[in-house]
Amino acid sequence: MSQAGPLPIGIILGVIVFWLGIALVGLAAQRRFRLVSQVLFPLGGAGALVLAGAAFAALGQAPASLVLPLGLPDLPFHLRLDALSAFFLVLLGGTSFAISIFSAGYFRQAEGTPPGLLCLQYHMFLASMAGVLLADDAYLFMVAWETMALSSYFLVTTNHRIPEIRWAGFLYLLIAHVGAIAILLCFGAMQGFQGDYTFAAMRQAHLSGFWASVTFLLALFGFGAKAGLLPVHVWLPEAHPAAPSPVSAMMSGVMLKTAVYGLLRVTFDLLDTQLWWWGVLALGLGLITALYGVMFAAVQADMKRLLAYSSVENIGIIVAGVGLAIVFRAYGMNTLSALAMTAALYHCLNHAFFKSLLFLATGHVLHATGERNLGKLGGLIHRMPWVAIIALVGTLAIASLPPLNGFVSEWLLLQAFLFSPDLPNPYLHMLIPSAAGALVLAAALAGYVMVKFYGVIFLGRPREDKLAQAHDAGNWEKAGLLWLAAGCLLLGIFPVYVIAQLDFVTVDLIGRALGDTAGKTGWLFLTPVAPERASYSPLLFLVVIAVGVGFTYWMVRMFYHGRLRRGDPWDCGYPAQTPRMQDTAEGFGQPIRQIFEPFFVIERELPTPFDGAPRYRMTTRDRLWHWVYLPVARLAERMTSLVAVLQQGRIHVYLMYSFGTLLLLLLFAR
Amino acid sequence: MQLTISGLLYQTIQSLLLVLVAPLFLGWVNQCRAWFQNRSGPGLFQPYRNLLKLVNKDAVMAHGASGLFRTTPYVLFACMWLAAGIVPVLATDLPYAPAADVIALVGVFALARVFLALAAMDIGTAFGSLGARREMLVAFLAEPALLMVFFTASLISHSTSLTTIVETLAHREFVVYPSMAFAAVAFLLVFLAENARIPVDNPATHLELTMIHEAMILEYSARHLALIEWAVAIKLTAYTAIGIALFMPWGVIEAGHWEGLPTALGAFVAKLLAAGLGLALLETVSAKMRIFRAPEFLGTAFLLGVLGMLIRFLLES
Amino acid sequence: MGIPVTSQMINILASLMLLIAFAMLSQRRIISLINLFAWQGAVLVASTLIVAGTTGQEHLFYSALITLVLKVILLPWILHRLIRRLNVKWDVETLINIPTTMLAGLLLVIVAFNLALPISEMASTVTRSTLGIAMACVLLSFLMMITRSKAVPQVIGFLSMENGLFFAATSATYGMPMVVELGIALDVLVGTLIFAIFFFQIRQTFDSLDLKHMEKLKE
Repeated sequence: MSQAGPLPIGIILGVIVFWLGIALVGLAAQRRFRLVSQVLFPLGGAGALVLAGAAFAALGQAPASLVLPLGLPDLPFHLRLDALSAFFLVLLGGTSFAISIFSAGYFRQAEGTPPGLLCLQYHMFLASMAGVLLADDAYLFMVAWETMALSSYFLVTTNHRIPEIRWAGFLYLLIAHVGAIAILLCFGAMQGFQGDYTFAAMRQAHLSGFWASVTFLLALFGFGAKAGLLPVHVWLPEAHPAAPSPVSAMMSGVMLKTAVYGLLRVTFDLLDTQLWWWGVLALGLGLITALYGVMFAAVQADMKRLLAYSSVENIGIIVAGVGLAIVFRAYGMNTLSALAMTAALYHCLNHAFFKSLLFLATGHVLHATGERNLGKLGGLIHRMPWVAIIALVGTLAIASLPPLNGFVSEWLLLQAFLFSPDLPNPYLHMLIPSAAGALVLAAALAGYVMVKFYGVIFLGRPREDKLAQAHDAGNWEKAGLLWLAAGCLLLGIFPVYVIAQLDFVTVDLIGRALGDTAGKTGWLFLTPVAPERASYSPLLFLVVIAVGVGFTYWMVRMFYHGRLRRGDPWDCGYPAQTPRMQDTAEGFGQPIRQIFEPFFVIERELPTPFDGAPRYRMTTRDRLWHWVYLPVARLAERMTSLVAVLQQGRIHVYLMYSFGTLLLLLLFAR
Repeated sequence: MQLTISGLLYQTIQSLLLVLVAPLFLGWVNQCRAWFQNRSGPGLFQPYRNLLKLVNKDAVMAHGASGLFRTTPYVLFACMWLAAGIVPVLATDLPYAPAADVIALVGVFALARVFLALAAMDIGTAFGSLGARREMLVAFLAEPALLMVFFTASLISHSTSLTTIVETLAHREFVVYPSMAFAAVAFLLVFLAENARIPVDNPATHLELTMIHEAMILEYSARHLALIEWAVAIKLTAYTAIGIALFMPWGVIEAGHWEGLPTALGAFVAKLLAAGLGLALLETVSAKMRIFRAPEFLGTAFLLGVLGMLIRFLLES
Repeated sequence: MGIPVTSQMINILASLMLLIAFAMLSQRRIISLINLFAWQGAVLVASTLIVAGTTGQEHLFYSALITLVLKVILLPWILHRLIRRLNVKWDVETLINIPTTMLAGLLLVIVAFNLALPISEMASTVTRSTLGIAMACVLLSFLMMITRSKAVPQVIGFLSMENGLFFAATSATYGMPMVVELGIALDVLVGTLIFAIFFFQIRQTFDSLDLKHMEKLKE
């Protein structure tokens, strides 16, 4: 590690200020659409790139701190840039660069919020996320966290004229605040009644097992609410479709990761012990979330809801990785803990790239066709080949197929699972390997979901006539998409290099690195623990497949006469097939609905054979609404009706309340 | 693992061997099936004749076919070739082997499958998407079971690298592992499902409502169909080779002992013949099940895999 | 890995026991259930014979013989007759669906294995590692009794639980004393006969063997 330089943290602070500046310019130039889209958003993107570069440079350096003369009188803002923050800042910068560039070509006039305000909210959102990642005291953390929640709330409700979107925004804000309260309590428990809210003090404090557990549970709930862990995941599939696509991309790709960051920060950095059952809890919750998310993704008909549920799945996988890291750590198996942690962090990065890519691609589809329902799309590969090919990269990556990036992280996680039989706890060493089946099931189902997603949107014949008007992406949008696709490819092909960078984080948190073993046999082969144990070389994969394709093509060319005729599809000779006879989203999800029926609340309206105008309608809903949310809502209603007694409507009574409060405070705070 | 000329040579020989022999293996299975069913059978070399016939035909392609549809056969073939290069058939010490362990191998098959499913949806016919949907259904049910099989094997050899697994299992004294017996049955079930054999799918059917794999390749013709058929044969052979490597690994050449090649070749051919015979017998005595029995079928495979792993903990640790 | 051949054989038979227990748990048809029960008895006979052969304990031969006569031949035959007379061939109704039952079964196996671990470390027999499987079989049979709604499968579950106990006894301590074994064998036989009589009575009273109707018997 080299000398701690104030340079990177300074640059990052500069970028944050720069973003805030852009936000203010956007506010000033509210209606100047061209300025906002063609200048401000690309500038913000450039800032993101600078931020990513600075954070990347800071990865290998010792932690740098900074105290700002802002904040409360006795609690100034503390900033700190260590490897964990730097990693997530790289993620933030690298992803938001592409999203900003894409946004330059995406936002249109007359879509709810005026462009200037959108620019303000968007850059506030970026700056607050960077603030969360840099914060080194609970106060700044909470301020940034709340700013993040509020700015993203306003972004979600961009099209605030639609009641559903307002409702989705409300749900998001509600759950975000319930989570925020838990986080606040978590910091309160962690400062150990010392009254010192800096993270430095929390690192020093030693909590008893009980208080540490309380802290962890609060953190898991609070950050889980932001990340979309079960059972507080319901806002995700509502908010993501409601938001404009770049915002969905930002929320899903980056904002969910700040929650993972928070969880890691609290568990591995601020708390000094980790108990094994925390890990089991996180692991179990993560796996259930992953399965639940992907199961619901498979039955969605709205493309953005589908992606939102897929985000729930990926967050589940990440949290499962974190849980596994905690379990290994609690038993002192640090190398394995580092392996699981690396897998989780790697998956964060991967998910940021491929999910943003897919959200942006759906955004373009949405703009080009005005349609979000999968059942009314189709055949877009002919209309927008660029977007289709780039989306194919994202689709293959998210389906965790080699040699793209999604596969690497899941492979690493499975390798970590394979070591769980070495755990000393007799129950865990049998349970956790069996639980790996759930992970593979989720990953395999993700393949199903993505075939549905891609196949129904881009392939086949257009299901509606208006799709013929669809056009390909503009240059700004192409640039953003290309950056993300390149990221997916490179992250997949050079895992040894990526892991070498992740090592700085694991060394910081766990004290072990994988780098020495992961790249033992050179940069070509990824060998996480030992070469004879397991190895994987994505580059060789890609080269062999490419050469294989080329060689086969050449051979066929050599020997084949090359005659090709075009005709109608054969389709077993059935005449009069229309494009409407292709599988819709509901049709494609039908097997999943049938197999996992107990998990869904399904409402069907089936037409009878004698119906003049037959209609088929089906909705699939989440059982958790009935099991968790409605009881909670009813309880809350009952509680508030009790409190409502206080509400008299007479101004004298209210004045009396204030008076009484004042008196009490005076008495107590002597 | 160092890149030697002889290593490269054997790598090439092995993968070419698997690729070229694959249609023959398919022919053998079909021939055995014919025998069991009291038919005379088309002969061992019928798959080659089929390929030749297909290659000589004019390709007919639907109007709406995109580039994805045209590239998929090549991708499929390349993926299977790649898989053929990874599985240790004759020798374990191949230069290409460290490029992928068993999990990555599953990934290769998954990649090929996703491409094929997407291509099936590309034309936009009802049967294409039906086939794609069912294929993905069977696949996602099969993969957890397959992983449990590999877990069990890796518990014994402490590795997911096929090379190490084979070396551990082949070059030690003969011990019957009950866990591996469970894993073998689980693998068999997955094998049948993944290769679209009876009872999950019927490779010989074109009955619209029951087909899975055939529904996906309905729109292909001529050279593209030939490549797909060939790739399917390679997949069947490669899967058989994986099964052989996991459960009957005896006779594989040890690192550096190239003089054992004839024995290894003989052993491999014998095992392949036996496996083909067994497969044909199985397919003859069982009937195709409804598609919604597949979850139960593969659930059983998963259960057996997990039981195998648990028994490994109890009895053999 | 110098595991002796007999020990390997026992291990394989033990695994088979577990497999059959799971098969019974997932089986919907009563006839197959009875056949599986007979098979479980056969596996038990084989393992008892092997233990008897290796350790030279004479009484184990007799107990193998009793098991063969009673559990492989007599009881399945009685049960077959019984269902033919009662005219029940199917038992489609399980109270919990089968995948869930299977997952619960897997968890039970893990629990049983861990419970057996300290006990089998104390035991000194060659077959001690199979104790966990024997316990798992007992628990799985119990689970089967819980999840079935009809009476006949419950009785089969009860009998197969006895199989598991017997297997546990053989594997942990080379079998119970002869007197105890004879007593249990008699008990099982008489128990089955009494159950058979009960079935007829139940059916006469309720016109069905579904145990839901028994709920009416509470006050």
